[in-house]
Amino acid sequence: MIKFILVQNRQGKTRLSKWYSPYDDDEKVRLRGEVHRLIAPRDQKYQSNFVEFRNDKIVYRRYAGLFFCVCVDSNDNELAYLEAIHLFVEVLDAFFQNVCELDLVFSFYKVYAILDEVFLAGEIEETSKQVVLDRLDYLEKLE
Amino acid sequence: MSGHYNLKALIKAIRSCKTLADERAVIQKESAAVRTSFKEEDSFTRYNNIAKLLYIHMLGYPAHFGQIECLKLVASPRFADKRLGYLGIMLLLDENQEVLTLVTNSLKNDMNHSNMYAVGLALCTFANISSEEMSRDLANEIEKLLGSSNTYIRKKAALCALRVIRRVPDLMDHFVSKAKSLLQDRNHGVLLAGITLITEMCELDEKVCDEFRKATGLLVKHLKNLVATGYSAEHDVLGITDPFLQVKILRLLRLLGRGDPASSEIMNDILAQVATNTDSTKNVGNSILYETVLTVLEIEADSGLRVMAINILGKFLTNRDNNIRYVALNTLNKVVSIDTNAVQRHRNTILDCLRDGDISIRRRALELSYALVNESNVRVMIRELLSFLEVADNEFKLGMTTQICLAAERFAPNKRWQIDTVLRVLKLAGNYVREEVLAAFIRLTCHTPELQFYTSQRLYAALSNDLSQESLTLAAVWIIGEFGDVLLQGGTIDDGEEVKQVTDTDIIDLLELVLSSPYTNTLIRQFVLTALSKLSVRFSELSTPQQSHNQDRISDILNRFSSNLELEIQQRSVEFSHLFELANVKGGVLERMPPPEIRATIMGTVSERKPVGSTRTDKDTVVDLIGDDLTSPTNGSSSAASGPSTQDLLADIFGTGGGSDLSGLGSPPPQANGGGQQKSAAADIMSLFDSSPSSGPGPSSNVTSPVTSPIQTSSAGASASGSLFDLVTPSSQSAPAAQQQQQPKTQLQSYTAYEKNGLKISLTPKVSPTQPGVIQILARFQNSSVESVNGVNFQVAVPKTQQLQMQAMSSSDVAAGATETQQMRINAPAGAAIRLRMRISYTKSGQTVTDQQDFAGFPADLTGSK
Repeated sequence: MIKFILVQNRQGKTRLSKWYSPYDDDEKVRLRGEVHRLIAPRDQKYQSNFVEFRNDKIVYRRYAGLFFCVCVDSNDNELAYLEAIHLFVEVLDAFFQNVCELDLVFSFYKVYAILDEVFLAGEIEETSKQVVLDRLDYLEKLE
Repeated sequence: MSGHYNLKALIKAIRSCKTLADERAVIQKESAAVRTSFKEEDSFTRYNNIAKLLYIHMLGYPAHFGQIECLKLVASPRFADKRLGYLGIMLLLDENQEVLTLVTNSLKNDMNHSNMYAVGLALCTFANISSEEMSRDLANEIEKLLGSSNTYIRKKAALCALRVIRRVPDLMDHFVSKAKSLLQDRNHGVLLAGITLITEMCELDEKVCDEFRKATGLLVKHLKNLVATGYSAEHDVLGITDPFLQVKILRLLRLLGRGDPASSEIMNDILAQVATNTDSTKNVGNSILYETVLTVLEIEADSGLRVMAINILGKFLTNRDNNIRYVALNTLNKVVSIDTNAVQRHRNTILDCLRDGDISIRRRALELSYALVNESNVRVMIRELLSFLEVADNEFKLGMTTQICLAAERFAPNKRWQIDTVLRVLKLAGNYVREEVLAAFIRLTCHTPELQFYTSQRLYAALSNDLSQESLTLAAVWIIGEFGDVLLQGGTIDDGEEVKQVTDTDIIDLLELVLSSPYTNTLIRQFVLTALSKLSVRFSELSTPQQSHNQDRISDILNRFSSNLELEIQQRSVEFSHLFELANVKGGVLERMPPPEIRATIMGTVSERKPVGSTRTDKDTVVDLIGDDLTSPTNGSSSAASGPSTQDLLADIFGTGGGSDLSGLGSPPPQANGGGQQKSAAADIMSLFDSSPSSGPGPSSNVTSPVTSPIQTSSAGASASGSLFDLVTPSSQSAPAAQQQQQPKTQLQSYTAYEKNGLKISLTPKVSPTQPGVIQILARFQNSSVESVNGVNFQVAVPKTQQLQMQAMSSSDVAAGATETQQMRINAPAGAAIRLRMRISYTKSGQTVTDQQDFAGFPADLTGSK
């Protein structure tokens, strides 16, 4: 299962953090810093997208200046989570029409709503982009 | 004081801050405004305030005072309020907080809400933050919603059920039957959530897993549909239909097939189909292939399928994508212990990965390479590893040198190859070698007399070329010091190489160079000083032309360190210099070291090692003779008294010098010099194992109590530091006798265990004070007849509660009048009586004699009970 999801920019500012395991606040701050220091200096071309981290591992993917990091159990399928990250980003992209970092800043509450439609309880919830987007549109109309 | 107009205004204000201090000031002000606004209980501004507060929280500032306001927001009839309220709860609360119990009621209400989206929000919140208590309270609601007709609700409810059983596994029974019906669901989202839930159930409870085995066929059908379906717009990812669902199904199949041949049989075909039909050019396809491989390797798959799985991994290794190679190596590392042969086929690809650009791939390839080394490929593999060692990252080197040397020790085709390998390691990465490896190398050299010239020659050459590798220097200095005479005598290296003749002057030049090298540290200096002292003796035995000059040089070098700041070096220098003045004892003290006890090098996790050389454990071979009924000792301690021979023994040990010359005033008396006719090796062995020197025996003991005549030992070895001063302490006649009475326990007494046909076997037990259960026994085979005794084979057994280790006998042929020795060690529980059953066979005057005898003559308190 997913322990947490972090979206950080290259400076280490966290744009999204979702915790599926209970961590106290100090621990969350520490984890954000550690993950950034671990991921940011890695080479895009010559290094894999997986890093061992404590007893788990982090699967990450970089889109422009943003790192999407998912911390998963050490026996989970890394390649599948790599696809899952991509699915999430595609949904974001479709929803915001060419998503950029500022969308995540100004509409952070919407990003959380999108995340909750794709991942739930630390597992992938829905794999059809269209289903997710339809739901989101409907939710928008309700407000 | 009022805050910013809305969230957007706040975000802009914060983003325009130039410094962190500005940002902090803005946020503090805003927090204060929000707090004040909360007090007004205005339901219209609440939405705005919470939105701002959540942003503040996201930036890492405290926002917990908003928790209660979020609860109020949730209670609002407006959907937008509800939504933000639940988001606030998910962000500001986690399952460990007390306030969470207040949320339970709101969740319960909303789960029964008429609007499916409100229900969805409640489920979503529950699935993300539910605590154990909340799980118990709302399990019934979740169970009900699992049967909802709405797919949106069903899939969320399934993941909520997952959360419940993770927190409270006892509640699993609530969901089993509903979970089964989820497997029939046509909606992918629901099916995916359902399979995730069932996977968790199967992991938690083996019984539930048995139950779901019945559904194997259904899962196989689902998977077949996914693979067979052409294009399906809704779930297509780069031409593959719903890879996520495929991966989940494969994972569940893995749990179901594990240890169950029947269900494994059902899934064999589909697994083969997935493995062959999935497109492996993209990451999506590979994620499915990877999951398939994991499943095949874990279930009771037929062998063809397993080979196919490992071949897929082999193909992964050649993929250009780092991720794929990483995953393949990781998986191969896991399976290598189960199916080494299949992995061996990809050896070359794995070795290629040692040169990968990605360090984590290099590391995994390296780990895998270690696991692949075996008897048949050791030469190739070690050659590859050595060539990688030249270019390896420094962080790998320590591990590599250790693993290479261990593999060499374990699988070496011959000693020469093993020595060559270690030499190469020392040359390439001499600064990254563990002490244990170095010690093992020296042990190896000591036990291979036929290669001592070769080894020392090679080390000499290597050291002349490179002084910067610490372990190489240490090994070379020690070996040259110990076997300097062998090096000088020359010899041949059989591969036709020109051997450069080394002279004693060359050796001293080299050692002097080492001393002045910038790479030299304290440890190396200590080694050099000891080596030089030993060399002075080795050279004197050979009488080389430059001898007297070189002796002067050595003592000159030694003297140079007599005021060194490093205490250990100064002490060595002073002591060795002093030793030089005592020509009559010097030779004995600096004699060739007895080869150290051979044992396998053991480090950390490495457990299973073949013993090298002559270490024998005879316990097993004779133990059946003895059983547990060792009852009638035939040989009492009385029979051990044998005056003349014991005195011979003493005379042997003491040589011609009187006991009084040698007995020390202080605790450790000097070891008697070997002299000429007897085997000083025996005394050396004794001294090797002696951790606490016995007290000095006086001449009186020699005369008055032959039965308890002590054999004298000492700890004086080549590198002894403390005891050397005692050598020159003036002796006193009265001291030894007094001392002997004070410490009678530490004396060594020998017992005759066997005496027939002129062959006498006496046993001398010695107990280490630090390890009371460990008894060292020296067996001496003494031939008092005029004919030699040949082919002596001495076997000993002990009761099952004790353990016995025997070294090889110094020589199996005992010449007339000579004495041979054999060392053994017994581990016994404290207070146990030592009883031995001995079997001895030998040939004398053409007759073969075989005898069996029991011996229990040792004192009862030998094993340290009091």
